[in-house]
Amino acid sequence: MGIKKDATQDEIKRAYRKLARKYHPDVSKEANAEEKFKQVGEAYEVLKDPEKRAAYDQLGTSWKAGQEFKPPPGWDTGFEFSGGGFTGGDASAYSDFFESLFGQGFSRTHGGQTQFHARGEDRHAKISIDLEDAYHGAARTITLRTPELDAKGHVITHEHTLNVRIPKGVKAGQRIRLAGQGTPGFGKGGAGDLYLQIEINPHPFYRIEGRDLYLDLPVAPWEAALGAKVKAPTPEGIVDLKIPPGSASGHKLRLKGRGIPGKPPGDLYVILQIALPPAADDQAKALYREMEQELAFNPRAGLGV
Amino acid sequence: MSTREEILTGLLLDEESTLTLGELSRACTVHAEWIIELVDEGILEPAGDDVAHWRFSGPSLCRARAAMRLQRDLGINLAGAALVLDLIDEVETLRSRLHALNREF
Repeated sequence: MGIKKDATQDEIKRAYRKLARKYHPDVSKEANAEEKFKQVGEAYEVLKDPEKRAAYDQLGTSWKAGQEFKPPPGWDTGFEFSGGGFTGGDASAYSDFFESLFGQGFSRTHGGQTQFHARGEDRHAKISIDLEDAYHGAARTITLRTPELDAKGHVITHEHTLNVRIPKGVKAGQRIRLAGQGTPGFGKGGAGDLYLQIEINPHPFYRIEGRDLYLDLPVAPWEAALGAKVKAPTPEGIVDLKIPPGSASGHKLRLKGRGIPGKPPGDLYVILQIALPPAADDQAKALYREMEQELAFNPRAGLGV
Repeated sequence: MSTREEILTGLLLDEESTLTLGELSRACTVHAEWIIELVDEGILEPAGDDVAHWRFSGPSLCRARAAMRLQRDLGINLAGAALVLDLIDEVETLRSRLHALNREF
């Protein structure tokens, strides 16, 4: 927790509150926020209790600052949920918090005499899909790392993979709830749920906003000026697009319902970008000169110059 | 414990998927009274005129669970949690705008 060994209880509490806010998974954007948050919680659980802290200081003399926190063996001996003295609180009200700090399996090693039920924790993960997957739906494999306690009480990381169906028409930021795929519960408490947050990978052509897509479409000056029928890509294939005469750069054409499918489906906005033919050879230069002479055109008329 | 060939289909929490007060309470494993407190605080905004006809949108579930965690982990009361959730929404909107702008230039 980045505090000195002789920190007062108040200092410990302040440090904990600060770190808890920093790493709270709902607030933090840090990649490993959830893990850090749990570590901070575990450390605080020991340090906030003067007796436990004394035991920890005694047992943990080889512990160095910055080292990953692991409770020393035996620090929690004698602990029982109903034994009192730990928090003095109501065990059932406390259980969820306790379990969230220590992970499942903790009470199993101490249980036996104490009947204890609690729902497992929810898990949260992000899943990246391509834009095409949002159009057509897909199946994705995700790997989750679950910290668990082994028979000796050491924290081990258990990996498991899940195949998940991504429904057609998902938007970035939406969540998929997989009931019962979170951390297992205790006793008769069911498992928590798994929430997958959808992220859509950036696409080279399209900007994605919700279900709407934006495409910058280059057009030739004569296509914009005279109107034309041009080809434009969409995620579902190439379409013919009518450019109205007198179009300018930045004009937006809406292709209704060509965005990400859904109720309602998104739209595809085509933004015209006038591309100038390069004045690379004499013929092109001559054409530009002719325009200069023949067209009375001041592009800066609006600026008063 | 992992599934091999099976493909899991979850519930997409979009605006179209709706939950009743009972379904939402069960999904959060809380009493309905607590959900009603969230509505009173403006954290959740169900459609429907009275409690019996309330319909919560899919994202309400994530919001309710986030409020639960904020209350439990950081000792925030519901008014504070409402503020935090609104600010998180705002930050996310700004972040995605910024992201879109960065891509344009």
